[in-house]
Amino acid sequence: MRIVKIREDNCIFCHLCEVACIVEHSQSKDIIKAFKREERPIARCTVEFNYPISLSIMCRHCDDAPCIEACQNGSMHRDERGYVVVNPQTCVGCWMCIMACPYGVIKRDTRREKWGLSTKCDLCPDRVIPACVEACPNEALTFEEL
Amino acid sequence: MKWMKNLKTYVPPSFVVERDDYRCIRCKACVEQCSFDATFYDEDEDRVWAWNANCVGCNRCAAICPTDAITVRRADPTYRYNHNWNGHVDSLKKRAIFGGTPVVSMGNDKPYPIYWDHMLLNASQVTNPSIDPLREPMELKTFLGRKPDSISVSDDGLKTKLAPQLELDIPIMFAAMSYGALSYNVIEALGRAAKEMGTYYNSGEGGLNKDHYKFKGNIIVQVASGRFGVHKDYLDVGSAIEIKIGQGAKPGIGGHLPGEKVSETISETRMMPKGSDALSPAPHHDVYSIEDLRQLIYALKEATEYKKPVAVKIACVHNVAAIASGIARAGADIIVLDGFKGGTGASPQVIRDNIGLPLEVSLAVVDERLRQEGIRQYVSIVASGGIRNSMDVVKAIALGADAVYIGTAALIAIGCTMCQQCHTGKCAWGISTQDPHLSKRVNPDIASKRLINLLEVWALEIKETMGAMGINSIESLRGNRLNLRGVGLNEKELEILGILPAGE
Repeated sequence: MRIVKIREDNCIFCHLCEVACIVEHSQSKDIIKAFKREERPIARCTVEFNYPISLSIMCRHCDDAPCIEACQNGSMHRDERGYVVVNPQTCVGCWMCIMACPYGVIKRDTRREKWGLSTKCDLCPDRVIPACVEACPNEALTFEEL
Repeated sequence: MKWMKNLKTYVPPSFVVERDDYRCIRCKACVEQCSFDATFYDEDEDRVWAWNANCVGCNRCAAICPTDAITVRRADPTYRYNHNWNGHVDSLKKRAIFGGTPVVSMGNDKPYPIYWDHMLLNASQVTNPSIDPLREPMELKTFLGRKPDSISVSDDGLKTKLAPQLELDIPIMFAAMSYGALSYNVIEALGRAAKEMGTYYNSGEGGLNKDHYKFKGNIIVQVASGRFGVHKDYLDVGSAIEIKIGQGAKPGIGGHLPGEKVSETISETRMMPKGSDALSPAPHHDVYSIEDLRQLIYALKEATEYKKPVAVKIACVHNVAAIASGIARAGADIIVLDGFKGGTGASPQVIRDNIGLPLEVSLAVVDERLRQEGIRQYVSIVASGGIRNSMDVVKAIALGADAVYIGTAALIAIGCTMCQQCHTGKCAWGISTQDPHLSKRVNPDIASKRLINLLEVWALEIKETMGAMGINSIESLRGNRLNLRGVGLNEKELEILGILPAGE
């Protein structure tokens, strides 16, 4: 199983991973349209900064994922690729996964009509290499075999 | 706007940052990347603004912008055109307003003649065959150091005892750029590339970080007038020792590492207090004559048990040939000639722009003089200062150099855009900075790969040109001025360069 490896040494705090994530999860997958015309998706990765340290952090797809344990209705589950993903059809926005996540990488999307939606890295199912990894200009994110 | 301009300190900006507001998605990547505070985000307006006065034209923002919304262009001078004063008005104003002589970095940027571009190379046609380097072996191996007058060989091999030699797989080395001027990651990349390519990088005068001792076998250590970081282990790690007498960008003055760049690790490596300016004296205070230089050369040889060649680096100045002859007689194994286009991390502008000689001319006269005096074999000549491409390397070697140093070219390969702000310590490309956050911008994995690519490509280009000339070994090109022809040069220049005019 391949995951995104984070190399703090190389992160230059440019936020392009976040930009790429937003574009990849947008309707049009066009950078200008995603930011200017459409409802902007939430970036699944966050760049943390505390001078001189900076790093991009997103779901680690834990083996013993506490979010899956915490999910009350199985919305948070492991897909056929082995990655932890959320089923938007069943998620009711109880945020238990957020409480359980040791990395703080699950975000709240409260823009749905009825319930909120847990939003997290899905490792770009439509791509071979996740968008954030491809966008990183300094190889601070690499897609590697565990 | 957080800033308001003030007439008292106003100098027109050199650059204008243009932002296509429709394409700007407010990702703020440019804001984070600009280390010169030329770009900021205004939350109330939800707009990214540029403060042009601060822009140094490094193009980091334009390079990082994911939507290509940014163009940095040179500000057109708006003064009335005056051929005499053009370009001098602002630099005069700066001196008058700020009361100090401007410090600049990189090499001389004035439009002096570039002799490389007035020399053409030969190629084989009909009367002698050209060689295809992809099909036939080509030799770029170079040995630097003192060569014997003659050699005797017996059945057991070489009988003559050879002086220590530096073995280079390609005749290109990385010039002296100190840890202090450059960030840790850049030194790491230079070291890795030198190791991979079988060549050397020069530690510069800033000593050597303990972590970089691992590059032993590919380091030339420098002893400069400040003697920063020079000790027994340092000399032992080097494959050769270089005494820096002068530097092309600032002949006649010592080094200057601004205090902003003297971080904890730098202070440790240089053996000096943190945050203080690292000023190396203009002369070596123990070298006031050729005899003194001889003492220093032999002191260093003694300290390293005569196992390492000693190089002497001088800036090209008016009497360069006589000085080089003195250095050869003082016992140096290698002479490094640094032309006036060589770079620096910090130098007063007047010195950088007005002192020195072109490398091409110096190289030609030094090689010629040493040949005339019959001492050319005692020293190898390394040409440095303004080597921009592989053809400059070929022409330098044809003019008499044994190898070349590249400094600026190597930095450009890593990302440098020559904005000439090395002395500020704020390099937005993470190259000439000690800021731990900025220096992360150079990833040694990527940078060393780029340097290796550059050297490999240059090596191939050199082989291609040699092949065209019908030469299969760099040895046969060395000092082979018959392969050069001058165009657009006057008779005296051709005579000094020792080359024939095109057509002769």
